[in-house]
Amino acid sequence: MSEKNDPEHQEQHIVGPKVYLLVFLALMVLTATTTGVAFIDLGVFNPIIALAIACVKASLVVLFFMHIHYSSRLLKMTVLAGLFTFLLLITLTMTDYISRAWGMW
Amino acid sequence: MSTIVSLPDQATAKLPHKSYLNEEYGLKSWLLTGDHKRIAILYLISITFFFVIGGVLAGLIRLELLTPPADLMSTDTYNKVFSMHGIIMIFLFLVPSVPATIGNFLIPLMVGARDLAFPKINLLSWYLYVIGGIFILSAMVLGGVDTGWTFTTPLSTHYLNTHVVTAAMGIFVAGFSSILTGLNFIVTIHRMRCPGMTWFRLPLFVWGHYATSIIMILGTPVLAITLVLVALERTINIGVFDPTKGGDPLLFQHLFWFYSHPAVYIMILPGMAVISEVISTFSRKRVFGYTAVAFSSVAIAVFGFLVWEHHMFIMGVSQYSALVFSLLTMLVAVPSAIKIFNWSMTLYQGSITFETPMLYAFGFIGLFTIGGLTGIFLATLGMDVHLTETYFIVAHFHFVMVGGMLMAYLAGVHFWWPKMTGRMYPEAISKLSAIVTFIGFIVTFFPQFLLGYLGMPRRYAAYPADFQVLNVFSTAGASILGIGYLMPMLYLPWSLIYGKIAGNNPWQATGLEWQIQSPPLTENYVEIPIMDHEAYDYEWLANKTVHEVQTVG
Amino acid sequence: MDSQSIAATHGELVGGVDPHSHPAFLRHHFETVAQQREAASFGMWVFLLTEVMFFGGMFCAYLIFRNWYHPAFVAGSNTLSITLGTTNTAVLICSSLTMAMAVYSAEMRRRGQLIAFLLLTIVLGLAFLGIKAVEYKEKFDLHHVPGPNFSIQEFVHPTNPKAIPLAPDMAEKTQIYFSLYFAMTGMHALHMIIGISLLFFLVAKAYQGAYTAGHIMPIENFGLYWHFVDIVWIFLFPLLYLISRYR
Repeated sequence: MSEKNDPEHQEQHIVGPKVYLLVFLALMVLTATTTGVAFIDLGVFNPIIALAIACVKASLVVLFFMHIHYSSRLLKMTVLAGLFTFLLLITLTMTDYISRAWGMW
Repeated sequence: MSTIVSLPDQATAKLPHKSYLNEEYGLKSWLLTGDHKRIAILYLISITFFFVIGGVLAGLIRLELLTPPADLMSTDTYNKVFSMHGIIMIFLFLVPSVPATIGNFLIPLMVGARDLAFPKINLLSWYLYVIGGIFILSAMVLGGVDTGWTFTTPLSTHYLNTHVVTAAMGIFVAGFSSILTGLNFIVTIHRMRCPGMTWFRLPLFVWGHYATSIIMILGTPVLAITLVLVALERTINIGVFDPTKGGDPLLFQHLFWFYSHPAVYIMILPGMAVISEVISTFSRKRVFGYTAVAFSSVAIAVFGFLVWEHHMFIMGVSQYSALVFSLLTMLVAVPSAIKIFNWSMTLYQGSITFETPMLYAFGFIGLFTIGGLTGIFLATLGMDVHLTETYFIVAHFHFVMVGGMLMAYLAGVHFWWPKMTGRMYPEAISKLSAIVTFIGFIVTFFPQFLLGYLGMPRRYAAYPADFQVLNVFSTAGASILGIGYLMPMLYLPWSLIYGKIAGNNPWQATGLEWQIQSPPLTENYVEIPIMDHEAYDYEWLANKTVHEVQTVG
Repeated sequence: MDSQSIAATHGELVGGVDPHSHPAFLRHHFETVAQQREAASFGMWVFLLTEVMFFGGMFCAYLIFRNWYHPAFVAGSNTLSITLGTTNTAVLICSSLTMAMAVYSAEMRRRGQLIAFLLLTIVLGLAFLGIKAVEYKEKFDLHHVPGPNFSIQEFVHPTNPKAIPLAPDMAEKTQIYFSLYFAMTGMHALHMIIGISLLFFLVAKAYQGAYTAGHIMPIENFGLYWHFVDIVWIFLFPLLYLISRYR
């Protein structure tokens, strides 16, 4: 039933230990980096860099440990849908918090 | 144009020897079943039970409001009664009503599958529902909750000494039941469609439930975590929602309504899904603008996530933010209107017959339109300040939820009753009940629009004497409405034994579920069907030379 | 529907194989193993979506309060041990690697290797929880757990000479920080506990050889869950431990 080009299907793909090890090493290096950077005063860039590194790490885990890189478009869309709804929750709540008359922003 | 189909007479039809109902006997075969049809019946029974409790509470509310002073019950009791009415009706009746019963029964049949993707999870979701229901009932029996169904902080966390945590636990658990139902539907619709069943051959019922499931899985967890935080706030005072500790009660509102506004679309979208099927079948026409109706369901689900702040306009949110949300709220009117227009166009030049489901469907269209349009009033910032927290809003959401969803639910139950049980409901008395329900509904809730416009606030046991006439109307209507709801509860069980045998396709409808025996086999299809025609193709049905009867045994 | 023609086409669809000769783990309502596998994997992802939104509510609260009470969040964050936090991050990433390797072993049908990697994952998970318990214990000792025993002493009159003393009303807000700290890490730890319990079950089944005969779905799905829990921590670590550490 898995026709080619069907966005909902994808042949099973076995990811080997080599990829896992590379991703693992990258995650470890990034963890060390984010901890190290936290001790340097970069002003507003501190949280931005910390979050950027966290996003890269999370993407690595999703793409390779969780096989999304090799999965059907349906699963890719599913991941994006979760991200999208989470961002909706954050941004639309923020429209209130950043512009309140009595706000503390 | 409509196509008249004349199928072989179903009068000589017999009940099949073997069906999902007589495959196995005994309580255990029901309580441990993996069959989506049996689970649907379990749901049907349990949500009817909770509907009766919620309905009795509604009757008590209306009786209390018959006279201006708080004389039937104390004001405290009144608070508990309307809170429990809201909690039971929303979380235990409206949210699971159509999806968990009719949807559970039909989605595998409609996509041409033998069962939902995860039968055990489906059964688990019913058990979670029952456990949640027991929690909520015990909160009621132990002394009640008086926060309203919204659990507004800091009222619910610091000022009340009632069983808030028990009720919140119940809603938490029932919420996971709803998540699992949604998960099952989404996976089934994506993965279990039979050969030839493309997305645009799916019945609109399935599209409606797909959109509903999206909201269920993305919205409900936010409610779950919010209730956990409320419970933590009450028990160990964590302070996230407590202004004296620097927390923000409005944050609770944001998180709560992030679920609870989309939740109203969980309640209405399956109703719309039912109406699409009913209108098409009894007009003998393909639904006008199939694609538009299908995508409008998904659009409602998506827009539904963008509008929650309109519940908070008077709570001190930012005015700029309120402007944005007011605009976005009006946007939801567009897909809703698309549906209403398309159903109207489906009726145009159709061969309309007025069976009971169709009467309920007409009731739905009229009442939902009024309910929806008054929603635009409330989305308007200036009007909202005047109307919110009055009976206007009570009338508005009852028009949508009761007038819309309950009508659709009853339409669906009557429409698929022959498929579920193999027998017809009594036509004359059920038509009467549809009319009684409609009249009772209008008499109950229309005066509440006037009351609200005149300024009668909601959630009070007593009111000024000037408002009594309209309140008497409303209570009188509620008693008519009660009779309207009581009648199906009596004649539907009656029909299980004495009803006329329905045959496979009493409505001469096109859906896959109508081409198999009623009631269906446990495995639904002997062979997985192949979909070789569009949805609502009455030509196909008319040209089908042999009306095949799949009876086994 | 003409049942004969259906049967013919049906036969082609499953690749000419007799549909009745299917493996034991194929559930009756699925047509093919591929369909079952894809359904299970998609179902797990949909479940993870709900988990994203479950944690999402707390991240939203965190974002608001961090901006409102930034000094209190800085002070609260600086009382956490960065050594233990970083160690725990490393431990969790290692456990993700062992879990990924467990999935690989199941795909390669190597039973011993699979059990070994699952057991390693359990050990690393328990190590994480142990370190977390040490951290929680320290908070109890310092009266930094929100509730009646919460003390702002440390934040108004810090013992650490490098820390900036907070005004009492801002110091009160550290309680919000610790509420979120306990709610978020507590919910994360709860997911870890559920995961480890499931792992014990999986090890027992793997020992019987249930996952090394082609039916790897439970292992694969559990892997997805475990990696998700790891991702939550990947965000919790910088957000809770690394606020203005340079002070």
